[in-house]
Amino acid sequence: MPRYTFSVNGRTVTVNAPADLPLLWVLRDRLGVTGPKYGCGIDVCKACTSHLDGKAINPCVVPVSEAQGREVTTIEGLADGDRLHPVQEAWLEQDVAQCGYCQPGQIMAAVALLNETRNPTDAQIDAIENVCRCGTYFRIREAIKRAAAKM
Amino acid sequence: MGSPTPSSARHEDGAVDRRRFLTVLVAAPTLTLALSTETTAPAYAGSSVPQPADIMDAGDALILAATPTAHLMLVLEVAENGEVRVELPRAEVGQGITTAVAMLVAEELDVPLGKVRVRLADARPELLLSQLTGGSNSVRALYDPVRKAAAAARARLVAAAGELWDVPANRLVTRGGAVVAPDGRRAAYGSLTTRAAKLPLSRLTAKPKPESEHKLVGTPTSRVDARAMVTGQLRYALDIDVPGAKPTMVRRPPTINGTVRSVKNEAAVRAMPGVIALAVIPTGVAVMGETFGQVMDAVEALDVTWNAGTVDALSDAGIRKRLHAAVLPAVVPPLTGHIEAEFDFAFVSHAPLETNCAIADVRKDRAEIWAGLKSPILARQDIAAALGLPQRRVTVHVTQSGGSFGRKLFPDAAVEAARISKAVGRPVKLMWSRSDDMRHGRARPASHHKIRATYARGKVLTYEHRVAAVETDFRHGVGEMLTAVATRLPVAGNMSFAQAVFHLSVKVPYRFGVVTELLKEVPLKMHTASWRSVWSANTRGAEEIVVDELAEKMGKDPVAFRREFLKTARQRAVLDKVAEEGNWGRDMPAGFAQGVGFHDEYKSCTACLVEIDARNPKKPRVVKAVIAADVGRPINPRGLEAQLLGGLTDAISTTLRAGLHIDRGLPLEGSYSQFHYARQKDSPTKVQIFIMPANGEPGGAGELGVPAAVGAIANAYARATGTRPRSFPINFDVDFTPFPR
Repeated sequence: MPRYTFSVNGRTVTVNAPADLPLLWVLRDRLGVTGPKYGCGIDVCKACTSHLDGKAINPCVVPVSEAQGREVTTIEGLADGDRLHPVQEAWLEQDVAQCGYCQPGQIMAAVALLNETRNPTDAQIDAIENVCRCGTYFRIREAIKRAAAKM
Repeated sequence: MGSPTPSSARHEDGAVDRRRFLTVLVAAPTLTLALSTETTAPAYAGSSVPQPADIMDAGDALILAATPTAHLMLVLEVAENGEVRVELPRAEVGQGITTAVAMLVAEELDVPLGKVRVRLADARPELLLSQLTGGSNSVRALYDPVRKAAAAARARLVAAAGELWDVPANRLVTRGGAVVAPDGRRAAYGSLTTRAAKLPLSRLTAKPKPESEHKLVGTPTSRVDARAMVTGQLRYALDIDVPGAKPTMVRRPPTINGTVRSVKNEAAVRAMPGVIALAVIPTGVAVMGETFGQVMDAVEALDVTWNAGTVDALSDAGIRKRLHAAVLPAVVPPLTGHIEAEFDFAFVSHAPLETNCAIADVRKDRAEIWAGLKSPILARQDIAAALGLPQRRVTVHVTQSGGSFGRKLFPDAAVEAARISKAVGRPVKLMWSRSDDMRHGRARPASHHKIRATYARGKVLTYEHRVAAVETDFRHGVGEMLTAVATRLPVAGNMSFAQAVFHLSVKVPYRFGVVTELLKEVPLKMHTASWRSVWSANTRGAEEIVVDELAEKMGKDPVAFRREFLKTARQRAVLDKVAEEGNWGRDMPAGFAQGVGFHDEYKSCTACLVEIDARNPKKPRVVKAVIAADVGRPINPRGLEAQLLGGLTDAISTTLRAGLHIDRGLPLEGSYSQFHYARQKDSPTKVQIFIMPANGEPGGAGELGVPAAVGAIANAYARATGTRPRSFPINFDVDFTPFPR
């Protein structure tokens, strides 16, 4: 079985895994990194949104082989120790989460957007496809704007 | 010491130990109280010609049915480190009940909110009917018991300090998690627990604070679990590390309730990389493996021959035909001015983002289960029955859920996981695929509605609403309880439990003369369950559309018409609030329109005003929403706003685009790219929500937001497009290629 070495939230990991095994299952089932959630497995709901070298990806459809030598960041790696990322802070201030299951993905998607665009327009926020079945979208929108103001 | 600790008591046979719990206060280091207080039955205030739900609603029935065990409901501990721990017999599915309960406890005990830890209780059979999360009932049912439990704990801590200092208890006050004496001496609660636990019960009387003294309760408060959520630390069922529990999925039949005839390539699948075990179970073929990725491949590779399901020949057209044939006739002859309208609503998946899932560790003589469950006692009973174990050998842990919307009333995944664990002889981490969750998971049943109203000289004389719906499964046990209570209702008589819930939850809030609303259910062997607001989303939603059309026929403005016919000042106040804040009647460009809706249930009421952009009628968007709600007594206004926002999004989804097509015994939809629940681009960019000030007892609010918003959105769409929407969701093309079966 091939062997892959990459970084997860700043920690170097090495796993033996089939090349086509989706990264989500390497994270969850092999490494115990459970922040990224399963919601569909086909890059539709975006609940597992994480970052690969700082760009948003959906590890449910990214094979582990693509992570070789790269940096994976999940929701667990977003804060700097106890100091939350401004997007996480904004999420708390707007009290966004209800069931919370999609929120790691929502936050990682928002961080990726804000990394590209300092002041996203409503249209750019509309382009975030992450499903929130509790329907918290308005608070997500407000939190992104609040985070943009902080950053 | 010599007393049993609560944890050891907890793990033996529930009923006996719980009684011991009540009489034996556990000694140091922790003060533990199991609440023992009277719970008052709800009072009923009727109007002149009340419908059953006016007299007593489903929430009242739940409270009443649970009354015999309400005194056992809550376990509250004050620990040596000053933490207050509450074991809550409810599910947290996103509704924020753990935050609301923590607020009530913090208020009553005078401790900072951060010192209160709320944990979801395991299944506790001795609670009988008091451990069901549903019917917008939790705050209503818990408001008194929680305050009384906390007040009892406070009284005990104060008495302990009084004894310590030899100061009369009535001269002591509590502040910031400590008892404070007139001379300024302070004793932190944690330092008093040993002494407090030893005090004899009979010496103490405790009353909750008057509501006028509430400082925290009633103020907007953020969720106590929010930080865990935004840092990825919150553990849902599948995030729990149960030693040896391996990823497991099930290959399911091509039609609902189909069963396995034979597995053609069992040996080949067993030999696939990472596959650990395979078992045929009543619901399909289970495969266990090292990772979910490998299990998915194996499940996909299975070649299975299937027996027929229970509705193989049925498609939407056939179901609709049966509903239309079943609907009862209206009886009032339309001799005066009248309006008649018929409506159809599609099946709707609950589609919580966390699919059905559970962890089960079944051994020869015992079983342990972890799952998000709104009826954990039922789960324990069902699992014990499925495994052939005595109930006391089954432990059921309730985990926080990634959404429910009614789905988690049933322990489907927990029972299935237990069966698989028994079959393969190993702990199981069971996850349903999204596609299975939509196609084989439960859904809101389709319904057909026939409404006839007559009017003359500015008055509505009669109002008849006949509902035919595919049967809603209530076998989660609310049924028995509600029936038991409802059959004693003078106005309702001996109704089936579905009839009972219908009549205890659906009512017309307007003075419409002689009102009758009747439900006829069509039993089909499909997977159904209550969906947030049960029948009200459709029944009341359709009514709000008819209200607009009646207003038009009678030459009145929709808001003015509702004002005129609503029954109470509270109801008119929320309507006035949205009309004013939402600038009702303002000019809108072509293709845009406002719409309004109202709803009253479980002692709460709400109005919703939306603005829709329907320039392209195939792609409408609600661009603005203004909502007002009166819930009698808000515990956490911020949480209430969240519930109303969720209800609005549910209404946007189910009114405009989200539904299930049934095709030859199976839903076509198997993904969020097919079942069109709203996304950010479908959501309004302006939302204002107003919670009215406290004016009574807490009402229910978890489901309140849906029906009014359904009406408002449909009415806005009708006005913007000049159409009369009759079938929901409005835009419901099969705009995708269905996955293979």
